[in-house]
Amino acid sequence: MNNLQSLSFFYPELLLTLVILFAIIYDLLIDSSESGKVGWVLVFGLVLVAIAIWFQDSSKVTTLFTDAVVLDPFSTFFKLLIILATIFVSVVSLYSNELRDYRKGEYFYLLGIITFGLFMMVSSIDLIMVYVSIEIVSIMSFVLAGYLKKNTRSNEAALKYVVYGAFSSGIMLFGLSYIYGLTGSTNFFQIQQILASSGSESNSAILMAVVMILAGFGYKVSAVPFHFWTPDVYEGSPTTITAYLSIAPKAGAFAMMIRFFNQVLADGGAMSGLGYFSTTDLPWASLISLLAVLTMTVGNVVAIQQDNIKRMLAYSSIAHAGYMLLAMPVMSGDSIYAIMVYLVMYLFMNLGAFFVVITIKNKTDGETFDDYKGLGWEMPIVGITMTLFMVSLTGLPPTAGFIGKFYIFASLIQGGGSFYWLVVIGGVNSVVSLYYYLRVVKVMYFDGDRKDSLVSPPKVLTAMLLATAVPTMVLGIYWVPIAKWIKESLVFFIQTI
Amino acid sequence: MDYILSWLIWLPVIGMVAIAFIPRDKEVLIKQSAAVTTGLQFVLTLVLWNNFDSKDGSMQFKEWAEWIPSFNISYYLGVDGLSLPMVILTGMLFFIGVFVSWNIKKAVKGYFALFLLLNTGVMGVFLSLDFFLFYIFWEVMLLPMYFLIGMWGGPQREYAAIKFFLYTLFGSVLMLIGILGLYFSCGKTFDILELTRVAPEALSSIMWWGMSAIKVIWILLFIGFAIKVPVFPFHTWLPLAHVEAPTAVSVLLAGILLKLGVYGIIRVNYGLMPDGVYWFSYALAFLGLINVVWGGLCALAQKDLKKLVAYSSVNHMGYSLIGMAAVVAAGEAHGANLKAAQAGLGGAVFQMFNHGTISAMLFILVGVIYERAHHREIEGFGGLASQMPVYTGVTAVAFFAGLGLPGLSGFISEAMCFIGAFPVYKGIVIASTIGILLNAAYFLWAFQRIFFGELNEKYNDLPEINRLELFTVIPLLVVTLFLGIYPAPYLDIISSTMDTIIEHVVSMATYASM
Repeated sequence: MNNLQSLSFFYPELLLTLVILFAIIYDLLIDSSESGKVGWVLVFGLVLVAIAIWFQDSSKVTTLFTDAVVLDPFSTFFKLLIILATIFVSVVSLYSNELRDYRKGEYFYLLGIITFGLFMMVSSIDLIMVYVSIEIVSIMSFVLAGYLKKNTRSNEAALKYVVYGAFSSGIMLFGLSYIYGLTGSTNFFQIQQILASSGSESNSAILMAVVMILAGFGYKVSAVPFHFWTPDVYEGSPTTITAYLSIAPKAGAFAMMIRFFNQVLADGGAMSGLGYFSTTDLPWASLISLLAVLTMTVGNVVAIQQDNIKRMLAYSSIAHAGYMLLAMPVMSGDSIYAIMVYLVMYLFMNLGAFFVVITIKNKTDGETFDDYKGLGWEMPIVGITMTLFMVSLTGLPPTAGFIGKFYIFASLIQGGGSFYWLVVIGGVNSVVSLYYYLRVVKVMYFDGDRKDSLVSPPKVLTAMLLATAVPTMVLGIYWVPIAKWIKESLVFFIQTI
Repeated sequence: MDYILSWLIWLPVIGMVAIAFIPRDKEVLIKQSAAVTTGLQFVLTLVLWNNFDSKDGSMQFKEWAEWIPSFNISYYLGVDGLSLPMVILTGMLFFIGVFVSWNIKKAVKGYFALFLLLNTGVMGVFLSLDFFLFYIFWEVMLLPMYFLIGMWGGPQREYAAIKFFLYTLFGSVLMLIGILGLYFSCGKTFDILELTRVAPEALSSIMWWGMSAIKVIWILLFIGFAIKVPVFPFHTWLPLAHVEAPTAVSVLLAGILLKLGVYGIIRVNYGLMPDGVYWFSYALAFLGLINVVWGGLCALAQKDLKKLVAYSSVNHMGYSLIGMAAVVAAGEAHGANLKAAQAGLGGAVFQMFNHGTISAMLFILVGVIYERAHHREIEGFGGLASQMPVYTGVTAVAFFAGLGLPGLSGFISEAMCFIGAFPVYKGIVIASTIGILLNAAYFLWAFQRIFFGELNEKYNDLPEINRLELFTVIPLLVVTLFLGIYPAPYLDIISSTMDTIIEHVVSMATYASM
């Protein structure tokens, strides 16, 4: 579809652009002390965008802008997920003490721009678009990671993030250029056709390219060995941004990865059946399996040694990326479905855990284990919700985290004998993770003195904690509606030959 | 009567919610609510027993509701002769447990809320017929247990709690993999009854890693259950957890939670993989032997009375394993000795119940002396018989029950296990008599050191066991004594179900895949 016609299918993104522009202008007009209002503008705008996306008919899959991006239920699902995360984080940002002394206008519209970039990420089907959208997200993230200008940690985080980001996207771009050089096209489907019809003589070049591209994706989902930026950036950034980085860009990168591997390197129809054939005989499935195992194991083992809870959650988010990567090599409809289910569950429990960190940081101004001593008794709501999030992140029933793992493991077992070892490693990893997740619970309840006075966090923060805790609990018991919605979203745009 | 099983499971949750709304300084009201909840549940279990048709060896009082259709998961409950005694035991021990914990001082509200949550988990495992539901309840028990040990336990409680949790979770993860394996190879169902029908045949044609699927899944599930039993070498969490846990939690741990392992093996491993029973039975009996001897030796070496009782659990569960393994006696290979199989499996299940009452009693009595002397060193006492005659008498009966004195219930079940196993595993049964000897030795020796000899001057004014404590012990004592003299009511409940299980195992085993 040509550019002009495409615009009529692009209105949610256009609306989002308007919201961002309005926020920028609005920020200029108001006083610095009132800059929080921009946040409410963004939240309100995002709700409108969400409504627009919800009512947009994506069931008729369409390619837009001369085959650069696509509108399909799959991208719609991810867009809604990302908007939900952005709304949660924006609201909490308004009540975080870390950001109190800063002018917040930019902060919020940068979040809006990241959201826009992520929208592009989840719907791009063209190598150029892939790269551009990753860059939109990355550059805004660099700025936000360093938003606490007066905090050296935050500055360090931003700088590290920039260096790593530039390096890995450079490598990725190099890989993409290989693909372009071999096939003469940037369009996913044309590349697939050309790869499928060409012989195996250029396989080693393609393998190189895939490894390099994996470096780019791996950086975005923080997979080992491309994870080194994660702990420092997560620790130094404002906690709200850490929470955001741990979910939204990851979801975007997973969507992109699924599209890329399914539609470029597999037969594109993998969704319909159990098996798939690789376009070339590349061992990319084993590559990703290896990546997944490394990611989980390193994430979990290193998380045990952390004394800073934010840093511990950074490693935990690496481990969770590993669990999701586990299902990738199967590349069946069920395994992609499992990743999507996992992302939904992960959104609530992980955001919730970070919100607790924010709440406690507001109170004690600390984020190490020592700062959590006895808080379970003093702040019952925080204690109970944190226990729930930790249990859920471990993957114990009846919580959302278990359902996520259940779907992942089930899809692997269904995938056949060659994936069983992945299930065993995944299972052992969740046992390991129990140790450090429960340490938080232990510190909150078993250590420190019991105080008789109760403290409750501000109302909005309490509401946000409940808004993440209730789904974490309920989705662990009854998740049929969500599962149904995800099933309906599991429709890709697939080029007919 | 329609939803009696659901009531049994969810009653404690109702109680828990009620307790959540009581202000935390109204401690007596919290305790009373817990007592009322568990009391009602206990009464309901008796009503269930009254309405139970013991002639029918199949599932009764079934409840079914759709839950997650896309995965074929349903809310499916039922009770048979295998689970009914355990359900009654659960109701009884939780009710008694409330009174055992009456003197808890720290965070009473949290304690009883978790206590009731644990109750729901245990009850749910015994009653669920859907494997997914079973697994959820199985895991629901872990968190309350972790808190109960870690918050209200002894000096090493945090280490004990996390060790317990890690061990059990490791087993559960293997179990989950086994469950998923069953699901995908047996026609995508979690329904245990359906799996019991389908699995023996469906699994026999599948090979994984050059091994029959039966063996793989049997091992996965067995490890999950064995950690709970606990079977040697997975028992190391148990003494620690027992010693550190508060008295009531030790009572429940020994009385009910350990039984979940044996229950799981009989319900799931025996039901779903009869071929596996034949393949594994010798190993099972042998593990039983190790449990008996190793547990006995360890108990003999203990200085801490509570640890001694904890190791006696390892020792006693060994009898159960040996009895269970005797099921194969009913097969052709062993001369279709149905009587031996009945005695063995019946003995194992009876032993489960008896150990539940006896070890509960022992832990309560250890708690009584600890409450007074603030230590449990066996050598630290002496001559208590003159100081606390009633306590001495009650403890004597409990110890005798523990060492299997004829006339008390432990004797009957142990004898049944051995009688059943003897035709098949002569060597093992003979060797395990050493365990019986050890069993008698450690109990009698401990008894002698605590109650006879010179009275330790420090304990001149040790108060006698009080009424509340007697109230918690006496019912258990009566059950032990009654079943020791007249076990018929118990055997009556289980016999039809045992026959069904034996029939199933023997007829479905094909040997073909082995």
